[in-house]
Amino acid sequence: MPVPDHDLPDASGHFGPYGGVFVAETLIAALDELREAYAAAQRDPHFLAEFEHDLQHYVGRPSPLYHARRWSERLGGAQIYLKREDLNHTGAHKINNCIGQALLARRMNKPRVIAETGAGQHGVATATVAARFGMECVVYMGAEDIRRQAANVYRMKLLGATVVPVDSGSRTLKDALNEAMRDWVTRVADTFYIIGTVAGPHPYPMMVRDFQSVIGRECIGQMQEQCGRQPDAVIACVGGGSNAMGIFHPYLPVAGVRLIGVEAAGEGIASGRHAASLTAGRPGVLHGNRTYLLQDENGQIIETHSVSAGLDYPGVGPEHAWLKDSGRAEYVGVTDAEALQAFHDLCRIEGIIPALESSHALAYASKLAPSLARDKILLVNLSGRGDKDMHTVADKSGIRF
Amino acid sequence: MGRISETFGRLQGEGRKALIPFITAGDPDPALTVPLLRTLVRAGSDVIELGVPFSDPMADGPTIQRASERALAKGVSLRQVLSLVATFRTEDRTTPIVLMGYANPIEAMGVEAFAAAAATAGVDGVLVVDYPPEESADFASALQRHAIDPIFLLAPTSSDARIAQVGALASGYIYYVSLKGVTGSATLDVAAVAARIPEIRARTGVPVGVGFGIRDAATAAAVARIADAVVVGSRLIEEIEQSTAAAACDNVLTLLTGIRQAIDAAAPAAGER
Repeated sequence: MPVPDHDLPDASGHFGPYGGVFVAETLIAALDELREAYAAAQRDPHFLAEFEHDLQHYVGRPSPLYHARRWSERLGGAQIYLKREDLNHTGAHKINNCIGQALLARRMNKPRVIAETGAGQHGVATATVAARFGMECVVYMGAEDIRRQAANVYRMKLLGATVVPVDSGSRTLKDALNEAMRDWVTRVADTFYIIGTVAGPHPYPMMVRDFQSVIGRECIGQMQEQCGRQPDAVIACVGGGSNAMGIFHPYLPVAGVRLIGVEAAGEGIASGRHAASLTAGRPGVLHGNRTYLLQDENGQIIETHSVSAGLDYPGVGPEHAWLKDSGRAEYVGVTDAEALQAFHDLCRIEGIIPALESSHALAYASKLAPSLARDKILLVNLSGRGDKDMHTVADKSGIRF
Repeated sequence: MGRISETFGRLQGEGRKALIPFITAGDPDPALTVPLLRTLVRAGSDVIELGVPFSDPMADGPTIQRASERALAKGVSLRQVLSLVATFRTEDRTTPIVLMGYANPIEAMGVEAFAAAAATAGVDGVLVVDYPPEESADFASALQRHAIDPIFLLAPTSSDARIAQVGALASGYIYYVSLKGVTGSATLDVAAVAARIPEIRARTGVPVGVGFGIRDAATAAAVARIADAVVVGSRLIEEIEQSTAAAACDNVLTLLTGIRQAIDAAAPAAGER
């Protein structure tokens, strides 16, 4: 009998042909230790209660489910509901996972946490929980991203983190991830590596998904309460894919709910300047797992482009690769221009400034909604707020502060 | 028996230890790779590890990453690396060549196509850094069908059970990573390495080479007393990096000859081990 989609990964960390543990021998023992510690924590009611407590009192969960009535009316079709992860402490879904991993780090007696970050959201969330738990925190960030995201760099420093610029490769997220892995392999005894997305070697894709699944679980209750039924489609943006996995996973066994992941099509798939690994990539091995990758014909990883730094990554979580192949989820692309339009629309029509990442999901919802009847429901994960994107958006509009 | 086993068998008979240098193919220019390989042989190398450049060399330190970036800037691909090996093989039929790199360029070419092309080019062993044994059973058997040795890493953190797991797949030799960290890191702890080598030999039955952190003749000599092979990588890359193209071969020859002499002076006589 085939394994149901929602029971993956298997014991060795595979989602069909994807996932796995593709790391050097030097990291194997650390991953074994992490896998055992996480398995024990999952069975420990005290750990689960601590996680629950911090999500409620520190993050501010549950996050609201909001009917974007005016926007839905304007679009003239399906009703759009927004899962308001932008209202979490630190302004995005990233904190859910960071709380979970920091609690695990404390349980494993690791006083030092490290992280990689692109736009800086995961770095800020990690620095935040490190401050909250009294841990030393080092964040690796591409030198190019540090230049683009100066405000987030300062936020991390205010929170007591050390931000290390990464000058190798393309000087962006993937290079920061390489550097964080190197730190981890060197200081494995006292260091916990908090990966920010559902990628990396097993157990990270599963563990990050589990911590983020609170998003989808809340939605199932909130949809029932507000609408008396589940949505016709769930829509989320996909870079590495953690907010999407978090909202998709509880819906995997729910029949009749379409799952739609929205990738960054940048300047258009045909332009080659995009970050749509599932739409335009091929399976390969990077950062500890097998998944869809943007690569050249020789297997070198290519540089990506998106107006949204958080989606600017050449790979994607292996569970998304599996959901694409199995057909349980669909993956589409939205361009920079379409995402910016949705960004402005949500600002003006609903009074919500969304993150540029989340604006990709919003843009696809705004394309889909008019083609559907008014009694259909689209659930969009509004994964983060857009304050961090002020400079990018102003820049695109030709405005200088 | 392959060239790698023949080489280790001969050295054991002579009571000598293997010197295994590592350079990155195409660094600083593909035109220099075959001359550098020739130089490594002249300096007394027994096996050569040839790095296949990759855009994201996660397990390497900054020195080898820079070498990879220089080679990629010259457009060096896995296919070109194989053709460089084939060129070297037209004049050297005895020195084993081990390719060392990452999984993705190989998967992009196709595992079976790669194994066949590598065998034709004259490759003797392949070490894929991000293929631990649990992910590489198919790859290892593809290599062995083409008479290529799958080379594996072991680390100070590897459990006894893993040493046995690696031993079941590995042939040629095992590459023991002497410290926690990436290539080119701080100097290694010889006593700690010495304690592990006998356990690895006992559980795997193949020779053990030691690398990561061997930066000078004295450390190479110390490692030669306890292991079957001494791997020198980042230090050589630095030498190439700091040399003009014209002087690179001479400088590498001087450096490596010194290390060779230190190893030979340190290696115990045959049968003493």
